[in-house]
Amino acid sequence: MSRASGGETLRFGPGPVARSIIWTIFGLFFLIPLFSMLEFTLRTAKPGVYNFDRWALVFSGTTTRYDRVYQGLGNSLVLALVTVAIVLLVLLPTMVLVELRFRRLRRLLEVICLLPIMIPAIVMVVGLAPTYAVVTQIFGSGSWTLAFAYGITVLPYAYRAIQSNIAAIDVVTLSEAGRSLGAGWLSVLMRILVPNLGRGILAASVLSVAVVLGEFTIASLLSRVNLQTSLLLISQSDPFVAVIFALLALLFAFFLLFAVDRLVAVGRRRTAKG
Amino acid sequence: MPALLGLTPFAFYVIIFLAVPTVIAVGSGFLDAKGDFTWSNLGGLAEPAIAGSFFGAFFLSAVTAVVGAIGGAALCFAMLRSRAGGVTRSLVDSASSVLAQFGGVMLAFAFIATIGAQGLVTVLLRTQFHINIYENGVWLYTVPGLILPYLYFQIPLMVITFMPALEGLKPQWLEANATLGGRRATYWLRVGIPVLMPSFLGSLLLLFANAFSSYATAAALVGQANNIVSLQIRQALISETVLGRANLAGAMSLGMLVVMIVVMLGYSALVSRTARWQR
Amino acid sequence: MSALESPQFGSTVELRDVVRDFGGGVGLSGIDLAARPGELIALLGPSGCGKTTALRALAGLERVDSGSILIDGIDVTGEPTNRRDLGMVFQSYSLFPHLTAGQNVEFGLRMRKTPPAERRRRAAEALELVGLDHHAGRYAHQLSGGQQQRVALARALVTRPRVLLLDEPLSALDAKVRVQLRDEIRRIQTELGITTFFVTHDQEEALAIADRVAVMRSGDIEQIGTPEELYRRPSSPFVAEFVGLTNKLRGTVSRGELTVLGQRVPLASTTVRDGAVEVYLRPEDVLLAPTGIPATVVSTSFLGALRRTKLRLDDGSELAIQHAARETPEPGALLHLEFAATPATATPIDVAPE
Repeated sequence: MSRASGGETLRFGPGPVARSIIWTIFGLFFLIPLFSMLEFTLRTAKPGVYNFDRWALVFSGTTTRYDRVYQGLGNSLVLALVTVAIVLLVLLPTMVLVELRFRRLRRLLEVICLLPIMIPAIVMVVGLAPTYAVVTQIFGSGSWTLAFAYGITVLPYAYRAIQSNIAAIDVVTLSEAGRSLGAGWLSVLMRILVPNLGRGILAASVLSVAVVLGEFTIASLLSRVNLQTSLLLISQSDPFVAVIFALLALLFAFFLLFAVDRLVAVGRRRTAKG
Repeated sequence: MPALLGLTPFAFYVIIFLAVPTVIAVGSGFLDAKGDFTWSNLGGLAEPAIAGSFFGAFFLSAVTAVVGAIGGAALCFAMLRSRAGGVTRSLVDSASSVLAQFGGVMLAFAFIATIGAQGLVTVLLRTQFHINIYENGVWLYTVPGLILPYLYFQIPLMVITFMPALEGLKPQWLEANATLGGRRATYWLRVGIPVLMPSFLGSLLLLFANAFSSYATAAALVGQANNIVSLQIRQALISETVLGRANLAGAMSLGMLVVMIVVMLGYSALVSRTARWQR
Repeated sequence: MSALESPQFGSTVELRDVVRDFGGGVGLSGIDLAARPGELIALLGPSGCGKTTALRALAGLERVDSGSILIDGIDVTGEPTNRRDLGMVFQSYSLFPHLTAGQNVEFGLRMRKTPPAERRRRAAEALELVGLDHHAGRYAHQLSGGQQQRVALARALVTRPRVLLLDEPLSALDAKVRVQLRDEIRRIQTELGITTFFVTHDQEEALAIADRVAVMRSGDIEQIGTPEELYRRPSSPFVAEFVGLTNKLRGTVSRGELTVLGQRVPLASTTVRDGAVEVYLRPEDVLLAPTGIPATVVSTSFLGALRRTKLRLDDGSELAIQHAARETPEPGALLHLEFAATPATATPIDVAPE
């Protein structure tokens, strides 16, 4: 006689009905605006008639109308690269150095890196304007110099991503082992630590790219051209193109983050089994 | 010591691009047009237009923080059953990360496309259900109209911030509660909610801070009206003198910063309490 | 003497043919176990043997696919966990972090709607029982691992449950704390006379405190008996090798008599048939002697009260013996061994290997 006892394995969380309701409500809330954007881009001059003409026009490259957007996009991509470079070449070594040699400064570093969250971008701009007057004198007025400000903006996200990885591996022991085997500090960093910090580095880089692509405030108020400012500009003359590019940027960022997340999850499962 | 030199690039960078701008932003609030020390800029904060913009920002931030916190918590709750490291989690995490960063410009597009004058939902409601949501005037471009767009990035931010706390609820507590005679309701009442409360409040504060410091969405949607602080600062930056005070932007920055500091201090106090428990 | 300390009449607990099928891994394949009132039964075995599953099935935290669980003769298989009136101590992390030690202990009484004054009094008594009466106001993160487990124990006992369940409560603690705490658990358990199940993978722990030990493997109970029975008369090679140290040697049984390396050894069981056998001998049952089986010393370890010495026999196999620390064999020396008269377990060799 089979008896499924009342003492089943205790479950956490809502039952299937509550879950479906929640998923449906939020699913609709978040998908409807995205869908509306899509619908908007498919509209033609006649109401009720939809086609992909506008998309085709954007990708055909036959008009110069969208040059502004491409310029903005190009600038943003360059900005993303320079920002990631700042993160990898300035933040990462500093974090490793603090972890290895200056443990007591760890708290201070954490506070510094989380400060940008507390300072609204608009407030930063008030102070950045005079600073950038000097920057323009030295480096010129190209948009890429915005990366200096962006490096600060992404600090909280990049720091958290790398720090959680540092906390998961024992940096001190690994580097001591490397040193005892004869590795110099550069080798320790490049051959031992960086490969093990891959997860955090990847996450930090991808998050930085996402933040840079979506940044508007600083670029706008410092009168520079980036993806978001050019989108706003062109939305005034051709809203359809603006929305098309916005959708593409969103999807790109989403797939980037999703791909990295899956990569990390699969990698973790593989090491767990081994 | 040579190792100490290794810290100089970072220190240099942070000083120039974080410390100096902050000092300038705040300090300029105390200087007048000639560069002398003055309190008059701070007095400008009491002007009705500017004080009103602070209230507008408070209202918007408080409402979206509370609604976003509750909504986000519900979503996290529903996500508990998805396997950690599974595809559903990745989808929601990535989507949340992107949407939380959702720049104001793109957000404005999304909502104008949805419930703008010619938006999909507006048109649908008008043609199919004969409901005109703009009967009493166009509200999308006012402060209350910003609530829905703000929720679009508040809720994902809540998911990102609160999910770890929810995952930190140990199954042993649920089982111990059962062996001691408690039901599921007792568990949530006496264990689950009390343990989660600090994280929940902390995340709520974070949402408040996020909305309060937000500028881009408002700029893209609201345009010319200056009814929240961020937009007032822009106004102050663009026109040299506002109401006769040269460095009002600096004073307003100080005001914003004070609010942010208070909120973030509260946040870190709450979060450290939870960290102690999760050990 | 407080109400908590007066001896109670313990409950009988019975598992009848309990099956738990996990589909892929090992669950429980029809366990039969009956505990007498006030008994402490240890469930012992390697990881994955089903001991924790059995305990959790008793608690109602695991579903039972078939079979029944009875407490005091009443079938509780269908009862949810919170109505079974049990006390349970988990391996770790089970104290509620937002409540003080005192509030944690009071929790079960709160569930039973005990009035506040009586709640506090009984909680204080329970904390005193485990030696933490001055720690009622501390939180979990302010207590050491051993102290946390004591609070967990007080919390489980304060409601005077019928049965006490302990799921590897000492595994996460330091060695010294472990020994101290296990003796205290035993003392309290005996004083209260409460029927107790204790899950552990540490055979020394099980032997030290249990009235009876159930050795489990792959979802089944391999053997259940007193610690002495298990040690002296293991019913299978698995039990012999799991409980205590053992030497495995070849021998021959002919006409009911066992011979190992030319020496006669009494048999523990009379039903072993003639032929080649594997014999299991404890290290302390192999003695140093002036004449006998020749063996070369490989290494020796000083363990304080005694020594353990490894020797190699003529055929190349190794043997571990245990003897007084006074004897100090040198590596490489040639010694002679003989077997004590302790009955040994032997299994025929052509039986399918375990």
